[in-house]
Amino acid sequence: MKSSLVTIAGHSREKIEYLLEMAKEFEAHPNRRLLEGKVVATLFFEPSTRTRLSFETAANRLGARVIGFADPKVTSGTKGETLKDTIMMVSNYADVIVMRHYLEGAAQYASEVAPVPIVNAGDGANQHPSQTMLDLYSIYKTQGTLDNLNIYMVGDLKYGRTVHSLLMAMRHFNPTFHFIAPDELAMPQHYKDYCAEHNIKYVEHKDFDADVISNADILYMTRVQRERFSDLIEYERVKDSYLLKEHMLCKAKSNMKILHPLPRVNEIEYSIDDTPYAYYFQQAGNGLFARQALICDCLGITLDDVKNDKTIID
Amino acid sequence: MKRQELQVAALENGTVIDHIPSEKLFEVVNLLRLDRAKTAVTVGFNLKSKKMGHKSIIKIANKFFTDDELNQLAVVTPNVSLCIIRDYEVVEKKTVTLSSELTGIVKCNNPKCITNNEPMRTRFRVLQGEKTTLCCHYCNTEQPLEGVKLC
Repeated sequence: MKSSLVTIAGHSREKIEYLLEMAKEFEAHPNRRLLEGKVVATLFFEPSTRTRLSFETAANRLGARVIGFADPKVTSGTKGETLKDTIMMVSNYADVIVMRHYLEGAAQYASEVAPVPIVNAGDGANQHPSQTMLDLYSIYKTQGTLDNLNIYMVGDLKYGRTVHSLLMAMRHFNPTFHFIAPDELAMPQHYKDYCAEHNIKYVEHKDFDADVISNADILYMTRVQRERFSDLIEYERVKDSYLLKEHMLCKAKSNMKILHPLPRVNEIEYSIDDTPYAYYFQQAGNGLFARQALICDCLGITLDDVKNDKTIID
Repeated sequence: MKRQELQVAALENGTVIDHIPSEKLFEVVNLLRLDRAKTAVTVGFNLKSKKMGHKSIIKIANKFFTDDELNQLAVVTPNVSLCIIRDYEVVEKKTVTLSSELTGIVKCNNPKCITNNEPMRTRFRVLQGEKTTLCCHYCNTEQPLEGVKLC
């Protein structure tokens, strides 16, 4: 059955595990002709090069053809065309639409009007389910499980869409979260309420040092952005408190991995790239397999179809 | 009620919406689209009221609303009294109830929400709690019911 992907907030444990299993199949054999004859549209109403390249590579490696635009300036949106009209027009050409939009709720709306499935590639500050899937896949791959992990979230926990989505998606897996953020960018109360409602354990830390993170399985770093602060004196005071330095890893567990949604500025010291803890580049690479799974799932291709696929190109 | 106390003329057939807080009168007019009514509409504004100090009242002749239409009023005036009049008699009294979903009534207060940027109907889930809040079906932004702006 074809279906849109707007959010994975409502996905069951089984559905998440099913998609991770599918991503694993694609990692084993990423090059196939599974989508031969299909057209995938990538409509980026807001530029996002890495997300677009990842989706387009996912489609290309499965044999689909890709149409679309990378820059909204070239579309009729600038002439005043509505989103609905653009979506209806492209639906005539494509079997599935991957859409990035600067407005929140755009993906939900597109999925209601489009006759073809929509894959949400990010709608404003709202949802970015393919990022969450690749985060989950990266955690699963590096830890061998999603269950009972200590996940540390560091930096901008107020506006960081990725940490909120990850927090909600992990609710099925009994995690313990550790929040490390400046007061101005602390985890919003309603996400802490969400944790309480779903019996998710969480601890808030003031310090960010070797001792605090010594128990981490996953260290999820985010960027603290200057423009998020109303008080720039406060920014200057805290900006260097949430940078990860190599010496802070001296007590880290051997299985610990550092994730980051990228782009990174300076919040992870560059020398850490050469340690076994760094995983952010592989994490981005995992996005390819996660997105192959998401596109196929939206097109009604099942895990069995993928497992029994005879179109693998070696 | 004695004849001389009536502040607004009696209605033969139709609907009376009473105990409207005066500052909400025009929102009620807009919600029920009374500006497009084809029958006589009598509006009393800033009338004296024992219960409320001041109130407003609307009488719409020969017009009977559906429950869905009337329940929209719960968004702005949850405590209004509704009387259905036939042959000068009150034949039915109704109260308004807030439904679990609101479509096309309230604006989302998130300027970056798709509903504020596209010609489309808004949609909200109503979350009953200590304070009633509305959650946008599209952008997931929550806003308190109190002080919402109408479409």
